[in-house]
Amino acid sequence: MIDYLWLIPLFPLIGSAINGLTGKKLPDPAVSVIACGSAFISFILASISFYELLQLPVDERHVLNTCFTWIASGDFIAKAEFLLDPLSAVMLLIVTGVGFVIHLYSIGYMHGDGGYYRFFAYMNLFLFSMLVLVMAGNFLLMFVGWEGVGLCSYLLIGFYFDRRSAGDAGKKAFIVNRVGDVGFILGLFLIFLTFNSLNFGDVFGEVATGTIEVGILTAIGVLLFVGATGKSAQIPLYVWLPDAMEGPTPVSALIHAATMVTAGVYMVVRCSPIFSRAPIALDVVIIVGILTALMAATIGLVQRDIKRILAYSTVSQLGYMFVALGAGAFSAGIFHLMTHAFFKALLFLGAGSVIHAMGGEQDLMRMGGLRKHTPITFATMFIAALAISGIPPFAGFFSKDEILWLAFANGHPVVWGFGFLTAGLTAFYMFRLIFLTFFGKPRYSEGVGHHLHESPSSMTVPLIILAVLSVIGGFVGTPAWMHLGPNRFFEFLEPSLAHTHIEEHAHHPHSTEILFALLSVLVAVIAIYIAYRIYVRRPEKADALATRLRLVHRLLFRKYYVDELYDATVIKPTVWTSTKVLWKGFDVGLIDGAVNGSGRTIQGFASILKGIQNGLIRNYAVWILLGAAALLCYLSIFRG
Amino acid sequence: MDLLHYLILSMLLFIVGAVGFIVKKNIISMFLCVELMLNAVNLSFIAFSSFLNQVDGQIIVFFVMVVAAVEAAVGLAITIVLYRNRNTLNADDADTMKW
Repeated sequence: MIDYLWLIPLFPLIGSAINGLTGKKLPDPAVSVIACGSAFISFILASISFYELLQLPVDERHVLNTCFTWIASGDFIAKAEFLLDPLSAVMLLIVTGVGFVIHLYSIGYMHGDGGYYRFFAYMNLFLFSMLVLVMAGNFLLMFVGWEGVGLCSYLLIGFYFDRRSAGDAGKKAFIVNRVGDVGFILGLFLIFLTFNSLNFGDVFGEVATGTIEVGILTAIGVLLFVGATGKSAQIPLYVWLPDAMEGPTPVSALIHAATMVTAGVYMVVRCSPIFSRAPIALDVVIIVGILTALMAATIGLVQRDIKRILAYSTVSQLGYMFVALGAGAFSAGIFHLMTHAFFKALLFLGAGSVIHAMGGEQDLMRMGGLRKHTPITFATMFIAALAISGIPPFAGFFSKDEILWLAFANGHPVVWGFGFLTAGLTAFYMFRLIFLTFFGKPRYSEGVGHHLHESPSSMTVPLIILAVLSVIGGFVGTPAWMHLGPNRFFEFLEPSLAHTHIEEHAHHPHSTEILFALLSVLVAVIAIYIAYRIYVRRPEKADALATRLRLVHRLLFRKYYVDELYDATVIKPTVWTSTKVLWKGFDVGLIDGAVNGSGRTIQGFASILKGIQNGLIRNYAVWILLGAAALLCYLSIFRG
Repeated sequence: MDLLHYLILSMLLFIVGAVGFIVKKNIISMFLCVELMLNAVNLSFIAFSSFLNQVDGQIIVFFVMVVAAVEAAVGLAITIVLYRNRNTLNADDADTMKW
């Protein structure tokens, strides 16, 4: 299997082609079988590849599979080559595994939707692009996947295109991502200029020799990171992700929580040989990461839309991952990426189940007391909330704690402080969501209350699978102080980081590490307790608090007015320049003016001259005669 | 007889033809005027040929006569078609070929 890696992305592509081209005529069950079947085959093939990779000796875990030469131009050669190493293997399992589960969930969620086949065609296409992205063996192929997932994201956000807000959100996501992509492309150009190759092997091998100037590496790193801020929704390009919630909920779970938005994290880890030798680039990453984590978490505190809270939570958690990368803890970033994929996909699918039960209602203020009606959704979402809050032994505890600890241990105590604060905020807003949805008195109308129901099993089974993963997922990477052996996850990833420059840091005793872990658990528990006091015991207190802190509440609720700021500083001037200067001035005035003007000039001359051609033969004869006479005169006078 | 006399006669015939072509409106008359001009030119060709003792001028005259015959055939055909369609022989009425 390991020699046929190209089969893994092939099946979703075939599924997408079948559903996209003929799905309109197929019955819905056939569409779901094709879509889920291709995702499942991909998952099986990925698992087999993963197993075979494990059988290889540690230093041979780097399989490069060349399909064909894609571009050969002079000494530039780009091949369609797929790479399987521990890093891409982990991503492969996350993408196909979570992807398959969410495909399964979509059967129930999208049931009866007019665009059923279209939805699955896009989803499969997304899976294909994402697999190309994580398995690419060179930057160019990676870029193909990178753009492919962006396209699918756009298509799926705007899935309900008859709703104006959905179309706008899709365009916003696409355009904001374009801004990031410019940085990514410039990074690729700079890489090609410096290394004369876009192959991972060539580039990282040369970086590892240490002959490349730090300045160039920093420039490459920062440019690539600009691309990552677009795709992974970091400051300043995070604004598209909350709006992306206009798409169907399974899309939010798969693309805007578990897989696509983590592409930036994956890319930075893949380029860790470059980043680890460019300290300034790493500082940029860690600062942007921690600011994003904190800012998004504070916005999440006061939002009312259940999916929007989860979206800000995703932005915040992605910030955490970049903190890990910025601190040089690349494995910890990927570890959090994995656990986050489990519990955030679960939270989104749970939210989808709640919305499904409520008949489309997304406002937290119109929910409440749902735990009796939707017990499975409640139980699984509760587990996910515990996991994201970092309560042991759930998955989030291991990964988040590892990030915070490594940030501190690698010499960033301030970042640790902010991260610690964010951990508290995370636990608070997540349990605010849980309490407002599932506890307290019902705040929905009678009509909604009547048809409240638990979702069908095609939706609850994925929830349960992801809940199990959220519980046990963390145990693949237990920290050393637990005395369960060394961190297996980090050990497994090590071959992928062979060219990475790992800095040695002062060694801290295990007791310090345990203390920090206890601290972050403590802050999460306290935050959950506060949320419980406010939202379950004395619900009226929440409003009182909001009135007392009116200004802060308003600032957070309006998302720091960032959208308004962008509107005023970027969108308005662009639109103004486009319409007034470029359209009305340049296009209409100059270009149209030149074209129409030359036409008018010729018309003017013609209207004078056309009088000569009056159709009267005798008139022409006079002219001919006059011409001949004139010629004769000329010849006899000047040539005579 | 001098060459000049022939040329003056030729010139007078040509002027009569040219002026007639311009002032006449009837297409048939205009045809006759065209023939007159052609034959005026023929006359000067012949005169030159005779006085210069060269045969070239006479050859060209044959060509001109052939062209004149062809032109008369095509022109009269056009005239008949015009008359059938427009019921007129006035050249000024056939002025649709303009801007």
